[in-house]
Amino acid sequence: MTFPTTPAPHVVAHDSVGRVMRIVIYALLPTVLLHVAFFGVGLLVQITLGVATALVSEALALRLRRKPVEPFLKDGSAIVTAMLLALCLPPLAPWWLVVSGTAFAILLAKHLYGGLGANPFNPAMVGYAVLLVSFPVQLLQWLPPAGMDMEQVKLSIGETVQTILTGSLPSRLTWDAVTSPTPLEALRTNLKMGMTMAEAQAAPIFGTLGGRGWEWINLATLAGGLALLGLRIIRWHIPVAMLSAIVISASLMYMVDPGTYAGPIFHLTSGASLLGAFFIATDPISAATSDRGRLIYGAGIGVLTYVIRTWGGYPDGVAFAVLLMNLSVPLIDRYTIPRIYGHAR
Amino acid sequence: MITALVTIMVLAALAGLATVVTAGAPEEISLADRIDALLPQTQCRRCTFAGCRPYAEAIAQGAADINQCPPGGERTAKALARLMGVAPKPVGKEFGVVPDHPAVAFIEEEACIGCTKCIQACPVDAIVGASRHMHTVIAADCTGCELCIPPCPVDCIIMRPAPTVAR
Amino acid sequence: MTASELLTGGLRLEAHKQRSTKAPIRIASLAERYVIPLDQHSGLSAVPLVKPSDRVRMWQPIAQPAPGISAWLHSPVSGEVVAIEPRPAPHRLGAPTLSIVIANDGRDERFENAAAIVSFEQISPTEACEHIGRAGIVGLGGAAFPTANKLESSLCENGPQLLLNGAECEPYISCDEMLMRERAEDIVFGGRALLHALCARNCTIAIEEDVPEAQAALLRAIEKAGDSRIRIKVVPAIYPAGGERQLIATVFGVEVPHDGLPADIGIVCQNVGTAAAIARWIRDGQPLVSRIVTVTGDGVTEAGNWEARIGTPFSSLIVDSGGYTERMARLIMGGSMMGIPLPHDDLPVVKATNCIIAASALDLQPRSAEMPCIRCGNCSQACPAFLLPQQLHWYLQPFDGDQLARHGLLDCIECGCCDYVCPSQIPLVERFREAKPLLTRELDARLTADAARARFIARNERLARLEAEHRAKLAAKRRPRNEPTS
Repeated sequence: MTFPTTPAPHVVAHDSVGRVMRIVIYALLPTVLLHVAFFGVGLLVQITLGVATALVSEALALRLRRKPVEPFLKDGSAIVTAMLLALCLPPLAPWWLVVSGTAFAILLAKHLYGGLGANPFNPAMVGYAVLLVSFPVQLLQWLPPAGMDMEQVKLSIGETVQTILTGSLPSRLTWDAVTSPTPLEALRTNLKMGMTMAEAQAAPIFGTLGGRGWEWINLATLAGGLALLGLRIIRWHIPVAMLSAIVISASLMYMVDPGTYAGPIFHLTSGASLLGAFFIATDPISAATSDRGRLIYGAGIGVLTYVIRTWGGYPDGVAFAVLLMNLSVPLIDRYTIPRIYGHAR
Repeated sequence: MITALVTIMVLAALAGLATVVTAGAPEEISLADRIDALLPQTQCRRCTFAGCRPYAEAIAQGAADINQCPPGGERTAKALARLMGVAPKPVGKEFGVVPDHPAVAFIEEEACIGCTKCIQACPVDAIVGASRHMHTVIAADCTGCELCIPPCPVDCIIMRPAPTVAR
Repeated sequence: MTASELLTGGLRLEAHKQRSTKAPIRIASLAERYVIPLDQHSGLSAVPLVKPSDRVRMWQPIAQPAPGISAWLHSPVSGEVVAIEPRPAPHRLGAPTLSIVIANDGRDERFENAAAIVSFEQISPTEACEHIGRAGIVGLGGAAFPTANKLESSLCENGPQLLLNGAECEPYISCDEMLMRERAEDIVFGGRALLHALCARNCTIAIEEDVPEAQAALLRAIEKAGDSRIRIKVVPAIYPAGGERQLIATVFGVEVPHDGLPADIGIVCQNVGTAAAIARWIRDGQPLVSRIVTVTGDGVTEAGNWEARIGTPFSSLIVDSGGYTERMARLIMGGSMMGIPLPHDDLPVVKATNCIIAASALDLQPRSAEMPCIRCGNCSQACPAFLLPQQLHWYLQPFDGDQLARHGLLDCIECGCCDYVCPSQIPLVERFREAKPLLTRELDARLTADAARARFIARNERLARLEAEHRAKLAAKRRPRNEPTS
């Protein structure tokens, strides 16, 4: 009797890249739901467009690279990229924005560098940065969150789809009527106009913790992120380091001058702080890889995010902070090799 | 705008400072040193230079190609190509055959007349013996350069497969 | 540094030991032929003392150790030596290894070894080491390192600490657990003999938290012996907590230097099975001619532990266990994480055979298709040697010797934890196993090249110096002497 032989270990856990990505997608759902609740169904249209573009681009790139298409399409990494990018775009942004951004992310930022596992930069953030640099006007056209006495400008589902696909609003509305800056943008503009912090934050766009609506979306993101932590899909090092760095930087500046600088709670619950900490910076492929390295990497993102928000030219800094720290990952990895068993420290 | 520029520059400077501090004093390593570190140190002169170091210096000055080292074989040629940023190519036939296995010289001791010619030829002092006394090769120190073979007047030196190092 | 900090990494795996621990240890039925490979211990092959057609008796020495690290071999039965020829063996797959083949006459005539039974307290520690060596005892945990050699290299004046390893962490294997449950007195006796042979201060028996019966049996045996030097340390059931270096970190809170041995930090680690074998030799005069083998897995009808004589064919043990089930798929010697895959069962039990897994598809989940590494770092969390397998994997293709050495490829213990947790299903351990010899060779070549360079430089300097001296001498001769004028 003869038996086939395979090398040890003879058992492995039932885990797969696909499972990891699927759980990330599920964990994003609370954020998506609340986003829709506050800003309408625009996001769903954007996600649909983004995911379709991502899958087509992924298949195209795999075909061109003569790689098997099916296993890589099924792994879900392209879907995660598309969802993260769509979450960063204004809900009514024209269709070509999400399509070109996603295609750029998958084709250039991911596959040009070798596809899954070989991309040095977070593809979603590359896509976002390219869009932000190329089309700043379209990217800053956010909608006012629900609950701000602007019910008359609410769009129906059909109107939303039409607006995204044609790029123009139904004739009864104008862009000025339906758009509103994000809280971070509003704060920046108001402070520039010489208002004090209290005056600047008195506008209806600001809520209890941070921006109106945004605070709830961010809490949903936090819940999704904690679920990822609990399921051991991500580990605590990057989120904790990044959020602590934001809190510490914001607290320091707030203590120096509370009249000019927003407090730590506002920074935590505004913009993409939590989405960045739990879903973007934790992308393991483009992050540092040892525990110590991840602490440094996360802290770097936190500090840079705060710096760009406060003194930089863009309202939110998560994307650029992540890309800058992606750039320093090889260096961080080089200096943070853990001590090996039996070796002196 | 100015503040942004200044802040980013300060951060960059800090990061640079941190890198320099953690990296310690930069070592002065010349290109020739780095090339020399990749060569097998056989000192066989098959590259037409008077040893590995002279060959390394010749490459560094652009006076020699990266494919002149048969003992190093494909590995060394590849490593040199990567260091020099040129396309890798196989070892040139005119420099000799790439050996399959490392070899060491062996003196057939009955035939040795003790002329010391091989001792003078050995580039790494791996042959011991005295005038009119039998010589022998220290196998662990022999690089297999074969430079001792031509001078031997009685042709008593042969090449044998290198002993495997016990660990 | 606390113990818990030291042993991070590792996995909590399903033990799969219930099936094989239901029945007590049974005696395996006798076979017609016994095949004793001469190289079944680590180190050098033993040298045969018998020739074909010689008659041998049970327990008779049939091979003596080669000088250096090696061990005695004894005949497990009485009968005739039919051949000394290369035979396939489970520990050296690929090439058959020289073995003594003995035909069993079924009479079990015993070889009387007058010197075997001793009162070990009355002989000196050095003699005790030598005496243990004459029984052909090797480490029974799986590595089969000759015990006498280990003891000799560990003898120290101030007395090392003895650690008896009963932490059988690998899934499926239960031979040590059954031994501790049924023969705890042997283990304690062997532990006391080892304490004497090593002049050791104390003896710690490490045992996993999930085997309460074995703990109770050992506690009873220790109490009965009334030896206060022996204590029990319960360790968490984490794989690979039973690895020698990992266990030392867990129990004593110190690490074995990467380029050293446990003896360097005053610790000697022995398997509990080894201690029991020592007891049988010193007390009963029985050399190491049998061991307990777990036969388990969904591929055999009845799992259990068997006391099998060394050289028994695997096929005979399978027959004892009720034969293969129709789901039988793979044969493995050892546990499910590090076991050796075997192509057939016509192989002899060797001293290192702790377990035979007849595995069905239920035992082994086939690996899915390999995906690229996503650097998730699950592997580095699981690695008990604190390596970064994801980085090692990155530097394998293309092979980067410098980085592999920096990232500690040679410190990999091939436990398989990284493989187990990898979501991309990358066969990491297999790749590391293949890369290690390449790296060793590259590092060796670099050392040789450095030595050759140093000698070349030294020689050139010497030649230049001699040349300069020669010239100076010549110049001095040519210079007209200034004769003092009167």
